[in-house]
Parts: sequence; C-alpha cells; structure tokens
Amino acid sequence: MIDPIEPPPRKNPLTRTRLPTSPPKARSRTSHAFTRAAAEGRFVLQRCGSCGTYCYPAREACPCCLSSALTFVDAPRAGTLLSETTVRVPSDVYFRERAPWRVGLVKMECGPVIVAHLHADCEERAGVKMSFQLDRSGQAVAFASPEKETPNMSDDRQWREMTADPKFRRVLVTNGRSAVGQEAVAALKSAGAKTVFVGLAEPWKPLAGEKLLRAQEGIEIVPLDVADEKSTMDLAADIGGKVDILVNTTEHIRPGGLLDRRGTSVARDEIDQAYLGFINLAQAFGPGMRMRGADGVNNSVAWVNVLSVYALVNWPAFGAYSASQAGCLSLSHSLRAELRPGGVKVINLFTGPLDIEWFQTVPPPKVAPRAVATAVVSALQNGLEEVYVGDVAEEIRQRLAANPKAVERELGG
Amino acid sequence: MQSSTRTPYEGIVMAAPVTIPYVRYSIESAQWWIGRALGALVAQAGIRPSDIDGLSVSSFTMGPDSAIGLTQHFGLCVRWLDTIPLGGASAVAALRRAARAVQARDVDIVACVAGDTNHVDSFRHTLENFSRFNQDAVYPYGAGGANASFALIASHYMRTYGVKREDVGKIAVAQRANALRNPNALMKAPLTLEQYLSARPVSDPIRLFDCVMPCAGAEAFLVMRDETAAALKLPAARLLSTIERHNAFGDDVVQLRGGWAMDAGELYAMAGVRADDLDVVQTYDDYPVISMMQFEDLGFCKKGEGADFVRSHDLTIDGSFPHNTSGGQLSVGQAGAGGAYLGMVEALRQVLGTAGPTQVGNARLGLASGFGMINYDRGLASGAAIIAGPLR
Repeated sequence: MIDPIEPPPRKNPLTRTRLPTSPPKARSRTSHAFTRAAAEGRFVLQRCGSCGTYCYPAREACPCCLSSALTFVDAPRAGTLLSETTVRVPSDVYFRERAPWRVGLVKMECGPVIVAHLHADCEERAGVKMSFQLDRSGQAVAFASPEKETPNMSDDRQWREMTADPKFRRVLVTNGRSAVGQEAVAALKSAGAKTVFVGLAEPWKPLAGEKLLRAQEGIEIVPLDVADEKSTMDLAADIGGKVDILVNTTEHIRPGGLLDRRGTSVARDEIDQAYLGFINLAQAFGPGMRMRGADGVNNSVAWVNVLSVYALVNWPAFGAYSASQAGCLSLSHSLRAELRPGGVKVINLFTGPLDIEWFQTVPPPKVAPRAVATAVVSALQNGLEEVYVGDVAEEIRQRLAANPKAVERELGG
Repeated sequence: MQSSTRTPYEGIVMAAPVTIPYVRYSIESAQWWIGRALGALVAQAGIRPSDIDGLSVSSFTMGPDSAIGLTQHFGLCVRWLDTIPLGGASAVAALRRAARAVQARDVDIVACVAGDTNHVDSFRHTLENFSRFNQDAVYPYGAGGANASFALIASHYMRTYGVKREDVGKIAVAQRANALRNPNALMKAPLTLEQYLSARPVSDPIRLFDCVMPCAGAEAFLVMRDETAAALKLPAARLLSTIERHNAFGDDVVQLRGGWAMDAGELYAMAGVRADDLDVVQTYDDYPVISMMQFEDLGFCKKGEGADFVRSHDLTIDGSFPHNTSGGQLSVGQAGAGGAYLGMVEALRQVLGTAGPTQVGNARLGLASGFGMINYDRGLASGAAIIAGPLR
C-alpha cells in the first residue's frame, strides 16, 4: 500500500527550477505499434497469424514458426511478476534523478515475458495487470499494475510519471463560455485540481453559471481572448508559471463549406479563433510549460485539445469548420514534438457533433458536453494521447481505418 | 562418458598470450588498443606482421570499422578475416573458427584480438546502441546497462536454489585475492566478505562488487598448426575441444542456465577429459552469480548445487579449485569485448606455465568459458574451450 501524495508546498522563488530530462526514446519502427496502442490506452501484442503465438518485443517474424504474418492485436493483460529489482544507480540521467526505480519481469498468461515498470503495489510472484503507457519521452513502455485496485493507487510515483493526473495541479481551461469548458472546469476540480483558471473573452458579456463559478474555491476567472495575441500574452505573463495543464476548449462552429458562403469573413473568424488562437496559446504558454516539465509534484504535464473528429476527414456540411479543425490537428502534432523535450503530453480528444446550439440541426447521437469533460479527466489520469469521445467519433475512427475513401464519399452526401 | 563425433582439433595450437594493461578511461581509440595488441603479438611470437595471414577482431567501440578496415589500418594482408560481435562469447567463437580455418589450411597464422577503449561517455553509447530488443524493450526501463537485467536473473536464480549473497560473494572475494597477485588488475585493494555484503546497492540484489568496472584494454593470442609453432620455436598450447551455443533454452521463463548445460557433455567428450581433471578454470564473470551458474552448467556440480560447490571449495590460485586466477573481470576490469578474452588468455598462460605471479602449480589442463549478449531478458551466447599444455 502506498501513502497518498502530499499537496506540494508553495514554490520557493529562490530555488532553481529543475530542467526536464527524458528517458531513452529510441525505438524500432515496428515497436511504434506499442506507441500507437499506448496513445489510445489499448494493450496490444504481436500474434502470429499462422501458429497463434504471442510474442514480445516487436519482431519481424514469428519466433515459433518464422511466419511473417505477425499482427498487433488486442491481447489479454494478465501476467505474473516473476522477478523484480530496484534500480538504485541507473546510468541514464532521467532515471538517476528518480532512483530508486522498480522494474520487473512479467510472464504474460498468453506467453511472452515482458520487462516492465512496476507500480509500487506489485508483489513478486503475484498477478499483475499490464498496460502500455507513454513515458516522458513520449514513447511506449510496459507498465505493470496490481490486479486489483489498491488504496491511493494513482498516487504511485512511477505511475504519476506516466500520466498527467490533475490531482494537485493547476489547470487553465481556455474557454469558460462554452458548455464543454464549464463542464471541464467542474470535472477537473472534482478530480483534485488545485486551481482551475477559466478563460473568458469579453468578460462584460453575461455568462450563465458565472456566479456559481466565482463562488467556488480554487476556480479563478481570468480574461482571455485566444484570438488576441496581446490578451494571451498578458495572461501568460500573469499565470504562465503556474499552468500545469492547459485544456484548449476553444470553440467556434459555423455551418457551411465553400460555395454557399459569401467571401472569407466567416472563415477568417474560424481561423482567428481556432487556428491562430492555438498559435497564440502555444506561443504564450508553451515555452513555460516545456521548462517546467520536472518541477515537482505539480510540474507541467499536459496540453489538451478538444477537437472535432472532422479534423480527420472533412464533413462538407461544416466544411470550413472541419478545415480549421484539421489545421489545429496539424498544429497539435507540431506542438507535441516541440513540447516533448519537456515531457509534456499533447492530448487530442476527437468528438462527434456536440449536443449544443451550433449543431441544432444535426440528428443524434450527439455528445453531451459532460461526456467530453469526463473524457478529458480520464485521458489525463491514464496518460492517453488520442481519445475518441462518443459513438460518432468512434465510428469515424473505425471507418477511416477501414477505408478513408468511403468515409469521404459518404460524408459528402 | 559420451563420445564425440566431431573432427578433433588435431595439431591445432594457441600461442603468444597478450594483454595490454587496462586503464579505467582512455582518450585513445579502440583501434589504438587493437594495434598495440597486434604489435605485442608480433613481438612476442618473433614474427613479422606479414606472417599474419588471418585476423579475427572483436570490439564494441571500433565503429564505424569492422575487421576489414583494420587490415588496411595496420597494413595486414590476410586471406582469412572475421569480425565477431558476440560480446563475452567472442574469444571462444574466435578460437573455434580460427582453429578450423588453420586446420583446413585456409590460413596459417590467425591473430585473434579483442580490444575496446573506454571514453568517459562511451559505455553509455555502447548501451544505447546494444541491440534492437534492448533499445525497444530494456533500455527505456532505466536499466542503464546490464545491472538491472542481471539483477532480475540473479534474484530469480538465488530464490529458486536458495543461494545466499555470502555464497556468491565468496567467488568475488576469492577473485580479488587472486587479483592482488596480478599487477595488471585495476583493483588493488583487498576485498573482504563483509565489504562485499555491505557494498553500495546497485540494483537489488546486485551490489557494487557484483559488478565489473568498464575500462579500456586489449587481449590477443595466435592460432596456428603445431608445425608452424614448432618452426617458430613458440611455446604453444593444444586445443582439445570447444562448444558454442546461442539462444539456448528459450522456453525457460527466466534464465536459470546457459547454453553450456546443453553442450557440456560434448565439451568433455571431445577433449577426452572429465570436469575434475581440469587444473584451472576461467569462467565468464560479468557477475559472480553467472560464474556460479557455470559451475553447474559446466558440470562441476549438479544444477542447484552451485552454492554448495562454492562453500566446499577454495577458489583462489592455491586453492582446491583455482578459478579466475587473474582476478577475472570483477577485479581486473572489463575492457569491453576484451572481457571475453581475459579468461582465455589467462588460461593459455596457465597451461603454458607463463602466468607468473598468478601461476597455478603444474597447471596442464585449463578451461575458459564465455557468455554474452544480454539482448533482452537473458544472455544469449555461451561457449567454452578446453586447452592443454604443450607436449614438447
């Protein structure tokens, strides 16, 4: 059993901020199948299509029958911890700073033996449950957890290195005016966030539920218009050093594609809000977050984008909006690479049409804003990178994997 | 005793044991160390460089070179060439390949050499680029070298067979006593069992004196036919038998034995000797627990009785079971792939009677083993050779 983590003390402004280091990140190309699985919270292993053998590490031919028909499939997570060690003097700087560090050999029930990071409650010769997690280098590593829930489980030191749990952390939700933004504030707060900063553009405009927000301890309303470079920079100058998680809930949804709109003014607004807003936020908050990737219990850990699943494939009914989302998705990949030296995760949530005014004419199923907020918290707690929220998003994901051309034709009506 | 159907190494000998004394860190390159070893081989054997017509090289740090680049570098014109990247099993592999080549008269004199440098940061580079499985599935776990991997093997082995740290420690302590007689050993201070047991923990149950010290150095020997040695008036040891095995017992969930257990019968059968005929034994000691594993797998005792064997023997030069008489890698240092050669070169000196301060009295029959390449969760390569002192 592990002790709960303590709330971090106020930061001493005289001490140096420790710079982030990264665990080893080199992987073979084939091994990135685990990175993909970890990004989505799946547990996969290679399985031979000819003889059924499961194998690990990633291979190019079956070690049992030499067939090349190896595919990564969802695999059973159960295993037994055969042998463990506490590494006290690692040669790698990242681990040296975090020693002692526990690793072990896990024999999977389905066959392979896996070298894994260990949750502190894993015991030698007992059952464990295996997952792939993204470590601070952004690459997949195997992680063994106890079979059953244990007290304060998510406070485990090694697990917290793999995740971006909001507990005791300070979060900026960039748009408090949207339903998703407001639900996210509540969800993050109840997940243990110390402070949630809520961005509001044009704060003089009335806001439903504003009183409730202002009354809660640990919620601070801050002026933020992401489309305005000065507004973003001003806010970063004020709170940039204490944003551990940034949740980008920027939302600017207008129907229409190219031919039935007049001119570019609507498209310009979409780009201003979503695309340039992303850039403003990244330039204002990104460098500081990257610096603070190893800054104690409340280090900076994650940047979350709430995106439309139509960032992945254009939906002509909301064609220009889809394009702005695609632009944001592309930016997120750049941001992910640029934040990686800080160990800061970039998490993308892809949602189907939300159950909000701007999707009034769209038939169900639609995604409740609360479901998006729940998914944000869960992605942070589990250290995911790609999350599909709701049935439409999940369906689009599967259809894109099957045949992207079919999706394009069918969305085109 | 089982019989061997393999072609005997009739008339195949080893000569000119060379050690270029180790240093902890070197600003020189691996090529510099290998070059010095080749120079020493030529000087000791009293031959010209052009007499060497075969070359076998092992090194972790000579990149981007392989053996071919070294032929031009050192002005050697050879007709048989080998690069052996088998880590701790390189010496046995080099010896057995060279032996067959000279036996078939494809080549007359093979220089077998291993050498590595150790820059301040080169060990980490070697680790980072060790193997694909290591890169994908071991190095990202903070192992930072073989320590954690061997800790997992050691912990499982010790629990399975009830081995205590004292038992393993006795091996390390005896080797240090041996090393104090070897002027080339990097470890100069005596080691007590208490010091061994209370040393700085590295990766449980591995502590400081379970680990080798990476260093720079080189080792070498010549392989030729006896007639060549006789013509050169070179003292030479006879090669009696060898074994080599890779990725043995892949179904063992955690490594409890190495490939020797698969082939030890063949090793003794081919040599026509029994384990207790041996006068001196050099096991591959990247960790003392691996030496204990070899006592079992090489047939000095039964599986699981390694600790008893150690308890009932004196492993020092003058003891009942002279083992790793130079001090081994644990006390001399691990010069990269040179670590594979350390035991082989020492065994050669022992049976030639030229080991000087570490000489075991009347050593006629010696065994040297190798173990290497912890690619993922276990050491893959293993091998051993039995050699005998000169008839002449």
